[in-house]
Amino acid sequence: MTTRTAAAALATCAALMAATGCSSSFGDGKETEQDSGAKQHLTVLIATSGDAETKAVKDAAAAYQKESGNTVTVEVAKDMNQQLAQAFAGHKPPDVFYVNSDQFANYAKAGSLYPYGDGIKDADDFSAQLRSSFTYDGRLVCLPKDTSTLGLAVNTELWRQAGLTDQDYPATWAELKQVAGKLTGDGVTGLVTTNEYQRLGVFMKEAGGWVTDARQTKMTAAGAQNAEGLAFAQSLLKSGSMKYAKDVDTSWGGEALGKGRAAMTIEGNWLAGAMKADYPDVGYKVVELPAGPSGKGTLAFSNCWGVAAESAHRAAAVDLVKYLSSGEQQLKFADAFGVMPSRTSSLATYAQQVPAAKAWVDGAAYAQGPVTIAGFDKVLGQFNTDLQALRTADPKKILADLQSNGEQAMAKGD
Amino acid sequence: MSPRTTRAADQSRGDGSSDSGRPRAAARSRSTGSPGAPDAPGGAGPTAAPRAIHAPRAGRRRGEGPWGWLFVSPMVLVLGLFLLLPILMALWVSLLHWDGQSNPFSGQAKFAGLDNYRALLTEDGLDRTLFATSLRNNAYYVLLTVPLQTGLALVLALIVNQRLLRARGALRTAFFFPSVTSSIAVSTVFLFLFQGSGAVNSLLSWIGVKGPNWFADPRGVLSLLLGALGIVDPDRPSGALADHSFLGLSWFQWLSGPSVAMCTIIVLAVWTTSGTFMLIFLAALQDIPRELEESAALEGVNRYQMLRHITLPALRPVLFLVLTLGLISTWQVFDQVYVMGQGAPGNTTLTPAFLSYSAAFDDADFGQGAAIAFIMLALILCLTALQRWAFRDRDARPGRNR
Repeated sequence: MTTRTAAAALATCAALMAATGCSSSFGDGKETEQDSGAKQHLTVLIATSGDAETKAVKDAAAAYQKESGNTVTVEVAKDMNQQLAQAFAGHKPPDVFYVNSDQFANYAKAGSLYPYGDGIKDADDFSAQLRSSFTYDGRLVCLPKDTSTLGLAVNTELWRQAGLTDQDYPATWAELKQVAGKLTGDGVTGLVTTNEYQRLGVFMKEAGGWVTDARQTKMTAAGAQNAEGLAFAQSLLKSGSMKYAKDVDTSWGGEALGKGRAAMTIEGNWLAGAMKADYPDVGYKVVELPAGPSGKGTLAFSNCWGVAAESAHRAAAVDLVKYLSSGEQQLKFADAFGVMPSRTSSLATYAQQVPAAKAWVDGAAYAQGPVTIAGFDKVLGQFNTDLQALRTADPKKILADLQSNGEQAMAKGD
Repeated sequence: MSPRTTRAADQSRGDGSSDSGRPRAAARSRSTGSPGAPDAPGGAGPTAAPRAIHAPRAGRRRGEGPWGWLFVSPMVLVLGLFLLLPILMALWVSLLHWDGQSNPFSGQAKFAGLDNYRALLTEDGLDRTLFATSLRNNAYYVLLTVPLQTGLALVLALIVNQRLLRARGALRTAFFFPSVTSSIAVSTVFLFLFQGSGAVNSLLSWIGVKGPNWFADPRGVLSLLLGALGIVDPDRPSGALADHSFLGLSWFQWLSGPSVAMCTIIVLAVWTTSGTFMLIFLAALQDIPRELEESAALEGVNRYQMLRHITLPALRPVLFLVLTLGLISTWQVFDQVYVMGQGAPGNTTLTPAFLSYSAAFDDADFGQGAAIAFIMLALILCLTALQRWAFRDRDARPGRNR
């Protein structure tokens, strides 16, 4: 019996070593050999918001094919994080892909992204906040694909019914509180938003605080300004003039606005597309978010165009990204599926073309970029979980937890 | 018959004695055993199998060993390659700080030893709090789901097994239907049913009950119950419950019970799985010898006695199977959680399986994801061993023929 067990163990070990030996025989941290052919084949992996986006990216890729002679295949990911993780682990990543800001730091830290930012001459044209979000170790790693900022969207019909006029759009917190109270009642809640820092964070920003310092090297969550911002949100929640989207049976602010359950919501420019598709008859207007004690504040979101470090076609891939992130192309994307250009120069053109988006465009000037620190997904996820109980919880306790969780994740990342 | 053929037949019988020797020897030993002592069921007779009888058998089969290995080798290979090997690889990954971007077997990933396990079990921090929360949620889920689904499945099987029942086939199909429906689809339907203004709350409002907003309600039902009785204040727990903690969660948090949102997932799980287990029970019920029931009926037992003393004992092995399967699948619940809340509200639907997934794919911490999976493996093995022990205790009773 013992000999048989020993033999089985030996066979298992041998099989294990053979299998791991085989799998480690390809690609072990060596520089990937670069393809120098004139015609290269590139693969692009995108996480699409819908058919319009898929088509726009495919059209752009086709145009690039004609211009450059390289061929491009665009694939749509079902689960972007999982597919990319598997592709990186298998050393077969796509050449160009969307990088979500939550995942950016994880990929950059692991060296999966080819930092091509230094080779982009007009990188300054992209907004500074977004560039700093996509910078790792002092190098700009990838270019922001587009941008979005948050604004205050108002249901004009409900606004009128509450006896409010165009002069009443709130410019300060006090005014926001006042109009939210007026709009609440009869199945309508003044302000509805989701329970996540990606929305409620605007109050922290407007109070002069934020989760980290500007260079994302230190947690500043426990600061007094953040507490002030959350305390204001809490006061709105307690008065009943602000509710979370789930509490009014909707999944996000746009749905609440479209269904007439919310008179106001805090959402980004994707709202325009959703309202057009789902609630074409609901009139709404977007204004800038009211200023807090420390002035105006909003949040910016973006994905970037990642180029794989292990791509054999880096030069061609960067060339493709340059094409896709050009001002002209960004305006085409904006027209096709409603994103805002991430280039400051194109943003001005965009504002002229789409006057309704003016508030969002104006927000780009003072917006806070996303938090991009490795291993922060769960920290911020926990923060969102805690924010759900903001109505009854102590904001200082929530922020203290965020501070310590964040510090721990930062220490682990080093 | 000529004497010659008789002799030949005798001889051939003599030659073949090694073949038939074993049964004969066993028979002899049985008859020569101490009279009155009952045969131990299943076991060999007390003096059975002396070496001399085994030897020729082993000798004849000596050449078959390699062939045996050859014939099972495809299966061994498949199992080894796709089952054992991945498990060992995952075990290795659970000892690394691996971000999923390199080859974990090439030494590029940093070896962390038991760091991942330590972060989950002993070090104070977010990892441990999340893991403890997920364990708590899952424990309540198992505690409620397993008995409920087993009981319901048994009752359904007993109903459908009634010979006098009309439309048995239709009922059987109806009860089994939830099991063959995609759990994702069922979860989505439940999401709509249990909305704040969904069908369930509309029904409740007819009888004057204002239902909660099921999937947005993180309050634990036990804490609500205790709050209603005035024992603790759920919003501001105090005293011993709040002062003591285990694995980073206060006693109050451990004892607050499954949240309202978790309860709806439990209802869903019971509803979808009881059909499958009903089928297993039904197969076992139809296997109970008719004579047994008839003779019991002749003895004049009533229905309850029949169930208690005839049916249930006969179902014991199947009950063990159903409980084991239930225990394993409930500790691994994932898809309902993925669809219905991904941990929300307030982390009360977070389960270890989902936490493992999100640690690996959202936080690029595959080592920790694997570590969670192995802690769960250990937990399930322990519980199954415990369950086996609990059931074996009575299996050893003399007189049971199984």
